[in-house]
Amino acid sequence: MSTAQLDTPRLDFAGSPINRDLTPDQKIDLFRQMVRIRRFEQTALKYYNAGKMGGFLHLYIGQEAVAVGTISLKLENDHFITAYRDHGHALSVGMGMNECMAEMYGKQTGCSKGKGGSMHFFAPDKGYWGGHGIVGGQTPLGLGLAYGLKYLEKEGCCLCYLGDGAVNQGAFHESLNIAALFNLPVIYVIENNGYSMGTSQKRSSSYRGCLAQRAEGYDMEWDVIDGSDIYEVRAKTHIAMERARKEQKPAILEISTYRYYGHSVADANAKKYRTPEEIENYKQNHDPITLFRRRLVAEGIFTEEQADQISKEAADEAAASAKFAEESPAPTVADIMTDVYWESDNNTEASKTGWHFFND
Amino acid sequence: MSRTLTYREALREGLDEELARDPNVVLMGEEVAQYNGAYKVTEGLWKKWGDKRIVDTPISEAGFIGMGIGASMLGVRPVMELMFWSFHSVAFDQLVNNAACVRYMSGGLINCPIVMRGPANGGTNVGATHSHIPEGLFAAFPGLKVCAPATPADAKGLIKAAIRDNDPVYVMENTLLYGTTGEVPDPAEGDHVVPLGKADVKREGTDISLIAHGRSVIHALAAAETLQAEHGISAEVLDLRSIRPLDVDAILATVRKTNRVVLVDESKPFGGVSAMVATLIQEHAFDYLDAPVKRVCTIDAPAIYSPHIENQQLPNPGRIVEKVLSMR
Ligand SMILES: Cc1ncc(C[n+]2csc(CCOP(=O)(O)OP(=O)(O)O)c2C)c(N)n1
Repeated sequence: MSTAQLDTPRLDFAGSPINRDLTPDQKIDLFRQMVRIRRFEQTALKYYNAGKMGGFLHLYIGQEAVAVGTISLKLENDHFITAYRDHGHALSVGMGMNECMAEMYGKQTGCSKGKGGSMHFFAPDKGYWGGHGIVGGQTPLGLGLAYGLKYLEKEGCCLCYLGDGAVNQGAFHESLNIAALFNLPVIYVIENNGYSMGTSQKRSSSYRGCLAQRAEGYDMEWDVIDGSDIYEVRAKTHIAMERARKEQKPAILEISTYRYYGHSVADANAKKYRTPEEIENYKQNHDPITLFRRRLVAEGIFTEEQADQISKEAADEAAASAKFAEESPAPTVADIMTDVYWESDNNTEASKTGWHFFND
Repeated sequence: MSRTLTYREALREGLDEELARDPNVVLMGEEVAQYNGAYKVTEGLWKKWGDKRIVDTPISEAGFIGMGIGASMLGVRPVMELMFWSFHSVAFDQLVNNAACVRYMSGGLINCPIVMRGPANGGTNVGATHSHIPEGLFAAFPGLKVCAPATPADAKGLIKAAIRDNDPVYVMENTLLYGTTGEVPDPAEGDHVVPLGKADVKREGTDISLIAHGRSVIHALAAAETLQAEHGISAEVLDLRSIRPLDVDAILATVRKTNRVVLVDESKPFGGVSAMVATLIQEHAFDYLDAPVKRVCTIDAPAIYSPHIENQQLPNPGRIVEKVLSMR
């Protein structure tokens, strides 16, 4: 969706069934969750730049309403899976800042014991099947989670997130066909932030109108959502989730959003392929946190001071998580060889003979 | 006369010269054009050569690599950048079933003069899916040629040889080498092409052979210095450069000279390049060995992310020295 489309007046989704009964506390909680993601990542960026972490850092800043809005609709049997830009989803499902920050620091206390890093946060106990590194590679996995739900006769759905660049992977198209063919409760959420690294959506995707429309080729439902409005995200995603849970119908939702930073910190100079005006326009006019905050203040849900206080608490929590990560122990050479095979971590005959490994 | 270039610049110069030499050479891949390359290897080439010769592709490895293979069958000479060789998995079918087999299956009617290039390495803390080192894997498919330059001069010479070759050649570069510098012959003095299949003695020695390729060569050279300075051990360093074709003669020659071997290999011990080289040595030079062939490989687990530990999973000079000393 182009900026021009975003700038046209849009419907108000505050009154939609899933939003109208939100209590003030629930509204504040939605706000708090978005702010926590932003403060967490700002803190991570600071320490990444200070050399505390390795590898990539793909920031989600600007896209918070997508993860928070969709995941706030979670029921017991719902599942979530995403790509490497995974911090926002991780915090939204309820992972702690400590375990996430420690993972980026590569420490034993990290959610993947320092083995995965920023791109690989997981919390299967919370229905979160993680962060995956191969563009589009998570899309068949999301299909599989949906298949599992259906096979195990559980009423639930799987939200599988992908970028606008990932829609061009074969694995995604194969997944769409199977999803529709087998009637699986999977919802593909295209987080369309306009760019895959330095390539704009227009230069990477052949499309008519929008990316989600490709669903039609697979006889699948689709919708387009303004990702700067958390109410719209919730209202439209809820419809798709209910349909998936009840009728096992897959769908594609394309949520227009924007990332303020580069693709990763390596490409901090994101202005090479975007104009400063474009970035400023999103920050000024489409920031999901600012818009929601303004709305809650206008509704009298909280005051500016209370909103500031929530922001400060989130920043403090993030700072504390960095301290926790800093003070945690690093893995050892012996840790390299754990978690490879089930036997090696469980006291079995095979683990004793060590035949799994081929080190000298 | 030669100049000092980075590995990245040397590759770029090689690409640029081949673009100039042959109008059928085309560079393709994710972010190679307008973004100047994810690792800046192709920086400036789009500006110079334009949209027809330098092509940005969507993130569709199976699609664009298959497209390159198809175009190469018609006489185009595509040089495809894989942003990471780890992403070969998405295009594996195209890489091993089409590129490797079509010449054979067609009884020699069809050639595939395509180059696949990009970084294949660990050591950058990017975790398991981004740290595969698959040269041994691809060398296992007859029909494919595989090389792994360690120095700027070899990077330039091998990329040029790869582009001129009439078979598919997979060039395994290394992100951690892109910034390293070295002497590269001046273009004014003639075409610098390093033939595929020729290993290179990077350091002469008499007591032990360190056989390596890619970044492991750098570690082997550092280890050789330490061995000489601190232990009086004279190590020869043989840089394989090409994995397939493999310079078996050079391997056997160094073994016959020093009678002891440590293979240094960033790929995994099981089925990696060193597994193959060790087998060849025992088949053809067993009588020359004074000790069993030893290896320093990446520790046999998927790549760990943690910056505190990843370098210890990989071969490094310390591990090589230790291994050599253990053979005394
Ligand atoms: C198969 C594969 N090819 C290339 C990459 C390198 N890469 C990582 S992210 C990315 C851009 C993806 O963009 P998009 O899908 O739009 O998601 P976004 O980063 O905008 O969230 C690329 C090219 C990869 N990880 N996997």
